[in-house]
Amino acid sequence: MAGPSISFTSRRGDCVAVTASSWRQPSILPGFGLSLAITISALSLIVLIPLAALFLKAASAGPADIWAIITSARTQAALRLSFGAALFSAILNAIFGLIIAWVLVRYRFPGRRLLDAAVDLPFALPTAVAGIALASIYAPNGWIGALLAPYNIKVAYTPLGVMVALVFIGLPFVVRTVQPVLEEADADIEEAAALLGASRLRTIFRVILPGIVPALLTGFVLAFARAVGEYGSVIFIAGNVPMFSEIAPLLIVIRLEQFDYAGASVVATIMLIVSFALILAINGIQSWSRGRLGHV
Amino acid sequence: MSVAVTIESVQKSFSNFAALRGVSLDVQPGELVALLGPSGSGKTTLLRLIAGLEQADDGRVLFDETDTRRLSLRERRIGFVFQHYALFRHMDVASNIAFGLKARPRSERPSASEISRRVSELLELVQLGGLERRFPTQLSGGQRQRVALARALAIEPRVLLLDEPFGALDAKVRKDLRGWLRDLHRRTGHTTLFVTHDQEEALELADRVAILNDGRLEQVGSPDDVYDHPATPFVCEFLGEANKLPVEVVGGQAFFGNRPVLGGLQQNQGGAASLYVRPQHMRIVDDTPLALPGVVEDLRRNGPLRRAEVAVEGLIRRIDVDLASQVAPAIGERVRLRITHGSLFAAA
Repeated sequence: MAGPSISFTSRRGDCVAVTASSWRQPSILPGFGLSLAITISALSLIVLIPLAALFLKAASAGPADIWAIITSARTQAALRLSFGAALFSAILNAIFGLIIAWVLVRYRFPGRRLLDAAVDLPFALPTAVAGIALASIYAPNGWIGALLAPYNIKVAYTPLGVMVALVFIGLPFVVRTVQPVLEEADADIEEAAALLGASRLRTIFRVILPGIVPALLTGFVLAFARAVGEYGSVIFIAGNVPMFSEIAPLLIVIRLEQFDYAGASVVATIMLIVSFALILAINGIQSWSRGRLGHV
Repeated sequence: MSVAVTIESVQKSFSNFAALRGVSLDVQPGELVALLGPSGSGKTTLLRLIAGLEQADDGRVLFDETDTRRLSLRERRIGFVFQHYALFRHMDVASNIAFGLKARPRSERPSASEISRRVSELLELVQLGGLERRFPTQLSGGQRQRVALARALAIEPRVLLLDEPFGALDAKVRKDLRGWLRDLHRRTGHTTLFVTHDQEEALELADRVAILNDGRLEQVGSPDDVYDHPATPFVCEFLGEANKLPVEVVGGQAFFGNRPVLGGLQQNQGGAASLYVRPQHMRIVDDTPLALPGVVEDLRRNGPLRRAEVAVEGLIRRIDVDLASQVAPAIGERVRLRITHGSLFAAA
């Protein structure tokens, strides 16, 4: 019995190797065709076709106009603020989100579940509510704003305020992507490191952190992507002074209100291209590290 | 290099649960001791306590003459192998093994070339030469286990502790690794304690077996000792199958009902007792004065042996008998069983 069953296995292995060169792997799971069709149509209807329309609309402006819009100081200032603040807030979120996830996973304390639930609030809250709340406490006469005012630090109605709002809305992404990975990471890895003589710092930086980098990157990308496109909360706290605290999404809305559809779509297209390039790059880093770790 | 480990009446509780209720155990330098027990018996807690991963509520653990409470984890120099290996997944095999050496303070750290020499030496020792650049996810379970062992040996441990070392492996690999570990221990001579719930593994590997139950040590002894002369009914039942007969001991003979089944008893005990008899310690015989009559109800194959299930009047459970000879009785046949060896415990 053993002989034939072994040769059967190897024959099946050959079969897989041969068809691996074609793009469709043989599988016992049915419905590949159907599910791929649904995937492509859903993605087309919801994402790809609207975005293609955006490109077409932008292209209708004509090269000279497009160039003028791209190079205009106001557009560039808005884009710089949007991407700069998003990047900075995503970095902050990565750091503090990691710490929050660590605390929620590692320690047992009264109110932990409450805190855990509170992390999701930025998801649930209407962004306008968040923006108004943040603006009122960070305004010079608000609770926190008043504390900072003596040191001449202004948060509300400045780029700093934009960042505060973006940190707020992006926080859950990092916490929620890192948390399960930390939960899964067994305590025995840390114990192993300690028994091998590693100091606490060495254990954290050489053993724990490298294991969660892929998840942290995912959280970072999500927080960043969300921050780039955020509109509702930011406009209440930003003050929206052109060339100073005006974000690109707001600029798009302003163009639309002026019936400058081509202008709006050009700014939108630039945002789309830059975002896509950045996310693609970070995903590339991720899949490289995933290949090395074989997990996450 | 290797030290003696002395465990002095150690106690440990977790919130409301007493994991260890006063355990004392002496382990000689270079000895290979198995901590055997069912889950929840406290064996892993005892191992973690020796490692310093748990603190005892009471009692102490000595390495030679040194009280381990005064030693940091690093100073204890414990080689610990976790049940699920606990390899660092983002490091290749060589970095995993070198981790303990690189983590030493600068003044004690070997040079880079010395470290890489040691790593290949250890890989040879665990028969994984050439796999330096692999990542743990690219290894089989047995290979990961051996990498974990090499990593633990790299720091030149004074005591080697293994937590269910073969628990996550399949039966074939377990058997191979057992013999291999036994061999490795003979060559390296580390004082070694390993935790297992598999009595076969404990009996085959260890110099001495310590059997734990419910936070207490039931018996410590050589495999032959604990198997043939169990100190308690628990040890007897845990180490292997046993038939249990309620008997009455009178004048050096054990009576089942009014029938004598075992004679020549040394014990001075009298009265009600439980007689534990392993299936291989029963034999089907022609008429003898000391025999238990019964009817063969079932015959099964049990690995290399055949097993008869014999119904005995007055017993609810059938008696299991291993048949050594090729001649087997037929189902329904009346037989007489002779007990060649048994363990007697006063009825509780």
